[in-house]
Amino acid sequence: MKILLDAFSPSWVERCALLVLIALLLGALAAPLISPQNPYDLAQLSLSDGRLPPGSAASAGQGVQRYWLGSDDQGRDMLSAILYGLRISLLVGLSSTLLALAFGLSLGLMAGYFGGRLDSLIMRLADIQLSFPAILIALILLAVLGQGVGKIVTALFAVQWAYYARTTRSAALVERRKDYIEAARLLGLSTPRILFRHLLPNCLPPLIVVAALQVAAAISLEATLSFLGIGLPITEPSLGLLIANGFQYLLAGNYWISFFPGIALVLLIVAINLVADRLRDIINPRLQKQ
Amino acid sequence: MLPPDSSRRPALLELRQISKRFSRPLDLAARLAQKLGAAISAQTVHAVDRVSLTIGRGEIVGLVGESGCGKSTLGRLALGSYPASSGQRYWRGEGGTTAIDDLPATQRRAVQLKMQMVFQDPYASLNPRLRVGQAISEAPLVHGLITAQQRDAWLAQLLHKVGLDPSLGERYPHQFSGGQRARIGIARALAVAPEFIVCDEAVSALDVSIQAQVINLFMQLRDDLDLTYLFISHDLGVIRHVSDRVAVMYLGRIVESASTDEIFAHPHHPYTQALIAELPVIGGHRRDYQAIRGEIPSPLHPPSGCHFHPRCPYAMAQCQTLARELREIAPQHWSSCILDGGGE
Amino acid sequence: MSMVQPLLEVNKLQTQFPTSSGIAKAVDDVSFSLAAGEILGLVGESGCGKTVTGFSILGLVDPPGRVVGGQVLFKGEDLLTMDTERLRAIRGNRLAMIFQDPMMTLNPVLRIDTQLIETLQAHQDISRAAAYDRALEALGEVGIAEPAQRLRAYPHQFSGGMRQRVAIAIALINRPDLIIADEPTTALDVTIQGQILALVQALCRERQMSLIWISHDLSVVAGLADRVAVMYAGKIVESGTVRATLDHPAHPYTRGLLGAIPALHERGSRLLPIPGTTPSLLNLPAGCAFADRCAQVHGACALPPPDFAVGHDGPSHRVRCWLNHANSPNRIADAAP
Repeated sequence: MKILLDAFSPSWVERCALLVLIALLLGALAAPLISPQNPYDLAQLSLSDGRLPPGSAASAGQGVQRYWLGSDDQGRDMLSAILYGLRISLLVGLSSTLLALAFGLSLGLMAGYFGGRLDSLIMRLADIQLSFPAILIALILLAVLGQGVGKIVTALFAVQWAYYARTTRSAALVERRKDYIEAARLLGLSTPRILFRHLLPNCLPPLIVVAALQVAAAISLEATLSFLGIGLPITEPSLGLLIANGFQYLLAGNYWISFFPGIALVLLIVAINLVADRLRDIINPRLQKQ
Repeated sequence: MLPPDSSRRPALLELRQISKRFSRPLDLAARLAQKLGAAISAQTVHAVDRVSLTIGRGEIVGLVGESGCGKSTLGRLALGSYPASSGQRYWRGEGGTTAIDDLPATQRRAVQLKMQMVFQDPYASLNPRLRVGQAISEAPLVHGLITAQQRDAWLAQLLHKVGLDPSLGERYPHQFSGGQRARIGIARALAVAPEFIVCDEAVSALDVSIQAQVINLFMQLRDDLDLTYLFISHDLGVIRHVSDRVAVMYLGRIVESASTDEIFAHPHHPYTQALIAELPVIGGHRRDYQAIRGEIPSPLHPPSGCHFHPRCPYAMAQCQTLARELREIAPQHWSSCILDGGGE
Repeated sequence: MSMVQPLLEVNKLQTQFPTSSGIAKAVDDVSFSLAAGEILGLVGESGCGKTVTGFSILGLVDPPGRVVGGQVLFKGEDLLTMDTERLRAIRGNRLAMIFQDPMMTLNPVLRIDTQLIETLQAHQDISRAAAYDRALEALGEVGIAEPAQRLRAYPHQFSGGMRQRVAIAIALINRPDLIIADEPTTALDVTIQGQILALVQALCRERQMSLIWISHDLSVVAGLADRVAVMYAGKIVESGTVRATLDHPAHPYTRGLLGAIPALHERGSRLLPIPGTTPSLLNLPAGCAFADRCAQVHGACALPPPDFAVGHDGPSHRVRCWLNHANSPNRIADAAP
C-alpha cells in the first residue's frame, strides 16, 4: 500500500484518484457487510418510506435508522442501493473487460506475429466490429439475448475485443521485428513460448492502459444500457438503472434518487481513467529506478 | 562453378548459389493497371544474388561491405533465419554432409540449434522483461541441455566465461552498460552449445575501448570452444583483425575472397582496393584522401554487368554487360573482376 | 604558438546538466585555441563531453543544460556574453555547424534551393538571382553532379551521403571562418566517408577555413587534423599536434585508445582494451576520473591531476596527468613501453 501510494506520489490528483478508487472498490466488495439494508430483499423495504430526502429518519425500525442519502420510490435506502449497484457495475465492467482482453489479445498477437492471411482476416473482422457504434451492437445483441448479467457481459465483450486485438497487433508488429524475437527463434523456442513469454509481456504496457480505460467505458456503456431499460433487470439495480429510476422524479425536486448514483458513477469512471494514466508510466520498466 | 573454398579446413557450412529476393507484391490498383498494359512490375530487390561461400570448421570468415550490400541478409540466409529464394545450405556434421533444408523437421531443428547469432544492437537483442539469467538459461532448459538443479552453477560458469559477474544474473537488461549487454548476448548464443555463430556487426555499436574487450572475448571463445564465426562488419579494421579469410560484398554479390593476409597484401578487385585505401593508418598523419567517386547505387536498380562499373576507375566497355563469376586468380584467391585473369 | 591572435580561444569552459540525481559536469575546465586554417580533432568516447563542447561554443546547449563558466573568444569577442542578436548574426555566417544527422540542418519540407538561398539572405544583402547563382556554385563545390537539377529536389530524395554534402554546402555557403563538425561521417559508409573527408580537407586548405572535427574515431582525426585534443569525462586529458600526440602519447587514456584500435595490431593478436567502463558524469572523483581504469594509477591520482606541457613538441603538447610531472607527490618511473 505504501509502495502503491509512493508510485502515485508525483501528483496529488492521481493520488486522490487512487484513494477514491480503492474506497469505491472496498465499498463494493464489502457491500453486504456495511450497507444498512439489502436493497434486493423486498421484505426489508418499506413503501411508506418512499422518496425521503437525505438525512430523513426511517419510519419503522427495520435495520435502517436514517436514510443518509435519501430513499427511492420504493423506500430503498440509496446508500445501500449505490453500494450494491457499484458491485454490479464493477462486476459487469471487469468481467467483460477480462474476457474481451483475453480473446482480443490472443487474436492480436497471432495477427501481429504471423501476418499474412490470418492477419487480414482478424483485422477485417475487427474493422467491421469497430465500424458500428458500440451502443448499436450492444442494443441489437441484448434485443436478441434478453436481460441478465451474463447477457450484458456477453454484449460488452462483443463490443470490446476489437480494441484489444488492434492494440495488441500494432504492438506485436513493432516487437516481433526486434532482435530478441529472432534470437528466440534461433534458440529453437516453440511458437507459443515466443508468443506468450517473449512477445506478450512486451506488448502489455499499452494494453493495460487500454484495458483500464475500457473498464470505465464498459461501466458507462452498461449504465447507458440499463438507463435505457434493456440492461439489467430492476430487481438487481446497477448504477445506471438507479439513475434511470430517479430520472422521472428529478423535476419533482427529488434530485437525490438520480444524483447520488450519478456522482458515484462519475467518481468511479474518472478515478479509473486517472489511475490508468499513471499506470502507463509506472509499468514502463525503463522509467523505473534501478 | 566451384564454390570458393579457400580454406584447407574441412567445411562446416557451405552455401551454394544462394539467393534472396525481396519483392513487394503489387496492390490491386497496380495489378489492374498492369492488366491494362501499363509498364508496372513488382519491385524486386536481389539482396543476395547467387552467392556461394564455404566456411571451414574453426575458421573465422569476415564478410565486409557497405550498407545495402546484402551482408546481413547473407548472414541470416546462412542461419536459415530467412528462407532462401534459391540455393542450398549444406552442413557437415557427424552424419556427413546434408542439405539442411531437406532434413526432416526434428533433425533440422537439431542442426539449426548449432547455429546462433550475436546481434548488433545489444539492447534490442535482449528481451527487456526477462532477467538476463532467465534469458540465457531458457533455451537450454527447454531443450533439456541442463536440468533445473544444474541451472545456477551452469549460469554462473557461463557468465564468468563471458567476463560478467555471476551475481548479475538477476538483473534486467536496462541495468547494464553497452559492453555488458554485448557479453550477455554472447552468453545467450553460447548457452545452447553452438558450433557456428554469425556475428552481425556485433562490435560496431561499442566504443573503441569496449570494442577491443569484446573482440578479445570473441577470439578467446573461439580458441576455448572451437567455434566457427561468420563475422559481418562494415569496419575493415575489425575484419582484418579477427578474420582468417575475408569475403568482400558489393550489391548482393561477393566480388572477392581470399585469406586475410593475401587480400590485404594483394587486393585485386578495384572495389576491394578502394575499401582498403580507406583503412585507417594512424602512422601516416595528415594525408590526402583520394576518394572513390560516386554513390552506392540503389539495390532496387543495380547497374548492369559488373555492379561496380559506374564507380570503377578501370571500367571498360565490357564491364557494362558482363557480370563475371568469381574465378580463382591465385591459389585460394577469388575475384570477379574482368581484369583478373583476362576477360574474354 | 604564434604572435597573431587565434581565431578561436576557449578558456575554462564549463557546461553542466542538472538531473534528478545530481549535476552532470558534461564539460569541465576545457581550454584550447585554434588558429586560422587549422584543423582540430576533438576525440573521445560516447558521453565524454565532446559534442556538448561543440554545442557550448555555438550557444546551442538545450536547457536545463547551461554553460556555467569560461570564455569562448571568437576573433576576440566572447560568444558566451554576446547578446542574442549579435550571436545569431555570427552563427551561420562566420561560424557554422555540421551535425551527425544532416536532417538537423535540413528542413524536410523545403526544397534545397530555398534552404540555401534563405541561409544566404539571412546574413547577406543579396538579390534572389545572385543568391541562386551562389547556391548553384555551392552545390558544385561539395561535389554534387548536375547541381541545377538537384537544387529543385527535397532532402528525402537524396542518399545519406548526398544529404550530408548538402548540409555541408549550407554550412559553407556564407564562407564561414570556422566550422564545427560533430561526427559528420559516423553514419556514412567508408567510401562515402572518404569522399567527405577529401572534400573538407580541400576546402580548409583553399579557404584558410578552420575546423573543429568532433569524432570518436582517432584514425579519421589522425588523417585529417593538424592538432588533436582527447577528452575523457568532460576534460581534455591530452592535446597537441597529431604527430606529437599520436606518436608519443603521454596520457594513459590516449595510449589505451590507440591500443584498442584493431587496425593497428598484428592480425589476431590480443588487443589491449581499457578495462572497465566510462564513468558517469554525475559522481566524478576529486582526483583523476580515469584512475580506476588506469594501469599506472598511483597515490597521487587521488588529487586533481595537473595540466602541463610535456617535452616532445614544445609547449603545445599538453597532458593532464600526474605521470612524469615534476611535482608529483610520489613520483614513479614511467613504466610505459
